[in-house]
Amino acid sequence: MKRTLAIAAVATVAFAGAAEARDQIRIVGSSTVFPFASKVVEQFGKTTKFKTPVIESTGSGGGFKLFCAGVGVDHPDITNASRAIKSSEVETCAKNGVTKITEIVIGFDGIVVANAKNGAAFDVSRKDLYLALAKTVPDPKGGDKLIPNPYKTWKDVNASLPANPIEVLGPPPTSGTRDAFTELVMDHGCEAYPFIKAMAKTDKKAFKAACQSIREDGAYIEAGENDTLIVNKLVENPKALGIFGFSFLDQNADKIKGAHIDGVAPTFENISGKKYPVSRPLFFYVKGAHVGVIPGIKEYVKEFTSEAAIGADGYLTQIGLIPLPADAMKKTSEAGKSLPANVK
Amino acid sequence: MSEMTMDTPKGGARTRERVAAGIARRYRSERRFRLFGLVAIVSALAFMALLFVSIVGKGYSAFVQTEIRLPISFDVAVIDPQGLRDPDEMRAANYGKLYRDAIHGLFPGVESRSERRLLNGLVSSGATFEIRDAVFAAPDLIGKTREIWVPASDDVDMLIKGHIDRRLPEHERRMSDKEIAWIDALAADHRIETRLNWRFFSQGDSREPELSGIWGAVVGSFLTMLVTLALSFPLGVATAVYLEEFAPKNRFTDIIEVNINNLAAIPSIVFGLLGLAVFLQFFGLPRSAPVVGGLVLTLMTLPTIIIAARVSLKSVPPSIREAALGLGASKMQMVTNDVLPLAMPGILTGTIIGMGRALGETAPLLMIGMVAFIVDVPGGFSDPATVLPVQIYIWADSAERAFVERTSAAIIVLLSFLIIMNAAAVYLRSKFERRW
Repeated sequence: MKRTLAIAAVATVAFAGAAEARDQIRIVGSSTVFPFASKVVEQFGKTTKFKTPVIESTGSGGGFKLFCAGVGVDHPDITNASRAIKSSEVETCAKNGVTKITEIVIGFDGIVVANAKNGAAFDVSRKDLYLALAKTVPDPKGGDKLIPNPYKTWKDVNASLPANPIEVLGPPPTSGTRDAFTELVMDHGCEAYPFIKAMAKTDKKAFKAACQSIREDGAYIEAGENDTLIVNKLVENPKALGIFGFSFLDQNADKIKGAHIDGVAPTFENISGKKYPVSRPLFFYVKGAHVGVIPGIKEYVKEFTSEAAIGADGYLTQIGLIPLPADAMKKTSEAGKSLPANVK
Repeated sequence: MSEMTMDTPKGGARTRERVAAGIARRYRSERRFRLFGLVAIVSALAFMALLFVSIVGKGYSAFVQTEIRLPISFDVAVIDPQGLRDPDEMRAANYGKLYRDAIHGLFPGVESRSERRLLNGLVSSGATFEIRDAVFAAPDLIGKTREIWVPASDDVDMLIKGHIDRRLPEHERRMSDKEIAWIDALAADHRIETRLNWRFFSQGDSREPELSGIWGAVVGSFLTMLVTLALSFPLGVATAVYLEEFAPKNRFTDIIEVNINNLAAIPSIVFGLLGLAVFLQFFGLPRSAPVVGGLVLTLMTLPTIIIAARVSLKSVPPSIREAALGLGASKMQMVTNDVLPLAMPGILTGTIIGMGRALGETAPLLMIGMVAFIVDVPGGFSDPATVLPVQIYIWADSAERAFVERTSAAIIVLLSFLIIMNAAAVYLRSKFERRW
C-alpha cells in the first residue's frame, strides 16, 4: 500500500508540471456538432501555427457540465451544443465563476425519419408520429381521455399510411437528437389535441408526461447513439423506420430515403429554407475568461464562423451542415469577431 | 444364508441384465454429451470464422487508397512571390491553387464555376498539405513541374473500390454522371490508381476518411500500455510475492486477499470514475493523457496480475523452498533465486493476458477524456492521446461511407496486436513452463 501511494505521489510530482500550462484548446460537447467541429479543428491545426485542439464528444448536457465546472486550464474552453444553454446551467456556470460566455449559432441540423430505399414511401404528419410513438394517446373512440397506445400498424394511425407494423429505431433519452425530436415533433403533434394543449397551462407535469413519454412496448427501439448502426438495420429491415441527423441521410442516399413530414421532403433546400419542420439550430459556447489566456481561441472561433466553413459553399455544408440565412450569418460572423458576453 | 446362496445366481443374472441394459443407455448418453461438446466447439469456430471473414472482407480495401497523378507545376509566383524563401511566408502560400490548376489543365473544357468546383472535389483537400510538405522536403522543386500522386477524395475512392454503384440512377448515388466521366477519363490516361495506403499507418485521425490514419491511436495505445506495464508488473509481482511468501496469515491479510479478488470483478467503468476523481481532480493530472490512462488501466490490471502471480507462486513445490532454506539461503535469496524464476512463465502469461484486456478497454478511458478526436500524433506521456478501440468507436460513428472500411481495418490492426500478445503468452508458457 505504502509503495502504491509513494509511486502515485512520484507520478503526480513528475507529471503535475504538464497541467500548469496548456497551449492547446480543449473542446467538449454535443455529438451532433462533433463531426463539424472536428473538421474545423483539423483545418485550424493544419493552416495555423497553433496546436490542433482536442475535442471530446460528451453530449450537449455533459459538455455544459464540464464547461461550467470552473475557470482555469483544467476546464474546457469551448463546448458544442445541439440546444441552447438552459438557465439552470447558466446558474451553475455563474456559481463556479464562469460568467463571460459567448453563444454562437453555426447552422442547422435536420432530424429525419427514414426507411430503406425499397421500403414503402412515407408521408406523415407530426400528429401521426406522435400517435404512433407516444406512450399514452387520446382515446381513438373520442373523449378527453388518455389510454395506453393501442396502435399496432401505421394504417391504424392514419388510413393513408402503409399497413406496416410500427417499428422505429431512434436515439436514447441521453441524446440531443431525442430532445429535439420530442420538442419539435411530439410536443407539436400532441398540441393538435385541445384538451392536452390546455394541460400545458394547468398541469405542466401531466402535459409533459402525455406528450414526451415514448412508448416502451417494443415499437420504439432505442438504438444507441450510433447512427451508422441504425442505417444498417434499416437496410436489413425495410419495414422499420429510423430517426437520425440529416447528414446520415445525405451520405447514404443510395440506401435509405427520408419520409416527408407534414408534406415536406427532408432535402437540403427545404431544411435551410425552413420549410422542413424538424430542424434545430446548432451552437457553440466560448468561455470569455480563457480568451487571450489559452492561445488560439480567437483564431479558432474566427475559422469556425468564417464563410469558408459555414457559408453556403463552406466545407461544413458539404458534410451536411445546413447553413444559416444571410442575416443570421452576418450576426454569427460579427459575434465570432468580437466575442460578446451574450449569455445571461 | 441359504436364501442368499439360492438367490445369488438368479439375482446376479438380473443385475447383469440391468447393467447390460444400462450400458447401452450410458454409451448413448456419453455419445450425446460428446456430440453436444462438438456442436458447441464447431458453432463457436463458425462464429469466429464469420467474424474474421466479415471484418477482413470489409476492411482489407482500406489498406489501399485511390490516388490521382497530377502534373503539378511548382510556380514561384504562388509559393514564394517575394523570393525571400521565408518559411513562414511559404507555409501560408496557396498550395491548393497548384493542384486545382493542374486538374483544370487536364480538363480544359470545364469553364463554369460550379463545374470547376465539382472537378476540384475529385482531389482530396489533403493534397494541399502534401504538396506543401513536398516543397519543404525538396525546395529545389520550386519553378519545376513534376508528376505527383495526390490522394483522391473519399467519394472517388469509394467509386473505384466499387462501393458506389454506377448502375443506380444519377440522383441516387453520390457521384454525378459528369464526375464519373472525368474519373473514367483520368483512369484511361493511367492517372488513377489504387496504391498502398501509407497514410493509414503514418497519420493521426482526420475527418477526411482518405487522410485518416491509425498511427496516432497506435502510439497512444503504446504509451498507455507502457505506463500500465511499468506500474502494474512490479507492483503486482511484489504484492503477490509478499502475500504468498512473507505475509503472516491473519485477519488483515485475509481482508486484503478478499479485496483483491473482488477488485478483479469490478466493471471497468468504475475505475474510470475513480481515475477522474483521484488522478484528474485530486492530483490535477492533464485530461486525455496516456499517463492517466495508464494509471487507470493499472488499477484495472493489477488484480489480474496479482491473482495470476499468486497462483503460479503457489504451484512451485515446497520442496524447492525447503531445499534452498536447507542449504542456508535466506528467505529473500530463496524467493529471488529459486521461487520467482520458476514462477515467472505463469506470471508473464497472466500479465500479458491482463495487458491484452487493458488494450481493448474504452469504458474507463471515457471518463478521463481519452475518447476524443485527436489529430496530432502524441509525442509524450502527457500529450492528449486516444487509443485503438476508441479510434474504432469514433470511426464507426462517422457518417462517411469510406469510414466503414477504415473501421474494419482498425479492428484488424487491434486484433493482430491481441493475437500477437496472446501468441507470446502461449509461447512463453510452453517454452519455460516446468512440470513437477
